[in-house]
Amino acid sequence: MHTGSLLLLVLTLGSAVAAMSLRNLVHCALCAAITFLCLAAYFLALSAEFVGFAQILVYVGAVAILIVIAILVTRDIAERGEPLVFKPWILGVGVAVLVAGSLVSAVTSSALARDPLPPAPTATVEAIGEKLMTHYVVPLEVIGLLLTVALLGAVLLARPQKEGGNRP
Amino acid sequence: MANALDQIFVNLKHWLLAWFPSAWQPLISMVISAAAIIAVFGSLFAVTTLAERKGLGRIQNRPGPNRVGPFGILQPLADAVKMLTKESIMPQVADRFIFFLAPTMMLIPTLLSFAVLPYGRNMAAVDFDAGLLFFFAVGASIEMSVFMAGWSSRNKLALLGAMRAIAQMICYELPLILSSVTVVMVTGSLSLGQIVDSQAGFHGGWLARWHVFTPWGLAGFLLFMTAATAESNRAPFDLPEGESELVAGHLIEYSGFKYALFFMGEYFGMMAVSGLGITLFLGGWRAPVAGLDWVPSYLWFFGKLGVCIAVFIWVRGTLPRLRADQLMNFAWKFMLPLTLINLVAAAVWHYTGVWSFGGAAAVRWLLGAALIGVPYVVLGRALYTGHGHGPRTYRYAT
Repeated sequence: MHTGSLLLLVLTLGSAVAAMSLRNLVHCALCAAITFLCLAAYFLALSAEFVGFAQILVYVGAVAILIVIAILVTRDIAERGEPLVFKPWILGVGVAVLVAGSLVSAVTSSALARDPLPPAPTATVEAIGEKLMTHYVVPLEVIGLLLTVALLGAVLLARPQKEGGNRP
Repeated sequence: MANALDQIFVNLKHWLLAWFPSAWQPLISMVISAAAIIAVFGSLFAVTTLAERKGLGRIQNRPGPNRVGPFGILQPLADAVKMLTKESIMPQVADRFIFFLAPTMMLIPTLLSFAVLPYGRNMAAVDFDAGLLFFFAVGASIEMSVFMAGWSSRNKLALLGAMRAIAQMICYELPLILSSVTVVMVTGSLSLGQIVDSQAGFHGGWLARWHVFTPWGLAGFLLFMTAATAESNRAPFDLPEGESELVAGHLIEYSGFKYALFFMGEYFGMMAVSGLGITLFLGGWRAPVAGLDWVPSYLWFFGKLGVCIAVFIWVRGTLPRLRADQLMNFAWKFMLPLTLINLVAAAVWHYTGVWSFGGAAAVRWLLGAALIGVPYVVLGRALYTGHGHGPRTYRYAT
């Protein structure tokens, strides 16, 4: 195996395990951010530039920040002194092995694994934009509507409360 | 002759590359580009700190630094020696690893974002198909470093400053991206090289076809630079570091060279985002009027960068700092609607480009200006006279 991809693999798995098993929740969140970065590196290695950069922009720039802010504003959970791992841990490992096994078997028995590899598609940003604006325009609009609703909901939640009103 | 001068650095790089075996050339090419960027922007950083201190001094009616060397021009050198030799203190309760990592985490993304900017004709370190997206993606990881600095210091004021800084960066990232989306919409490309190319040519044979010379471009540029000021935490949006109330925000526990790295990261961020503004709206390395084509392209880029930095210094010396709630209101109630309206204005400008009757240009200009100007006035007045500008009420204090 190529040295670079091996390093990336170790970093991805290591940071994912650390994100689950470290004692300090903020450390866990930072490790999760590293995992997100590694996933972006995988997309870039597959020459999917747009998805890779979008992954960094959304997951490192927004999701990881959301996680750490959620940790900070929740009282007394940042340093509980015990890891998040599920307590008989052998059960957790068993479930993980089961899930991984079923995924691997599903992939290896599918048509994807049996057929010869198709030539790598050249997905330029322009092509993605074309597809989004023509073929997938309805899903795009639906997602836009969903996000707008979520935004409005957030604004409603954050509205200043009237005196005497009950706070959520 | 003009062409040779324009391409002198490109040719120099090719000449250097020819000394190496062809298997090494891609790697060496990257190393040369990275070394050039670090050297140029490192020295520009030194010049900028001096210019800022001198400029602010003049604005505040005092001479500024004038003791080290003639007119104080060796001040950056003295500052560097001071920063390097200063004792670097770490609080005993600090999270040592993250405390150590945060300054580098701040510097690396800003340096990475320099890679995609075109500094001159054929002078971009890499020209990604999605260069603009790359710029914003690496910029997004700066927030993480601010959080790391604030949290690992184990200091209430540092954490408070970091939270403010993150909130501000998230809020102003939206107008920043939305105001650049107008350019993407009109040029139809995310590649910064192609965006510069789309601004080639001259209006009426003399005035450059920069995006800033269109109604949506002018509004977009102003909105972009305002959001960029907030994004790089500079005055008047420097309240995360407000000396008077938070001492220095997330930088409070940092001293010595770690502090210098943060300082450097901030200035690099300012330069990078100004460079992006220049690329998107001010024609990148292109000359403003037709007669000045012979001036080397990189001189145009760095000249425009110098002007942008001077404006940043001027604004810092002139405007007072905002309050936290004013900052949020400004972002969500003023900047965001205007950037959205600007998107519509850009679309209208783009689709009215086919008009060919007499005076079409004037009508397009009026239409575009009205589309942005009217909401600007209405929104500004409504916010200025509306609620929330009376005396401040406190929920948990009197």
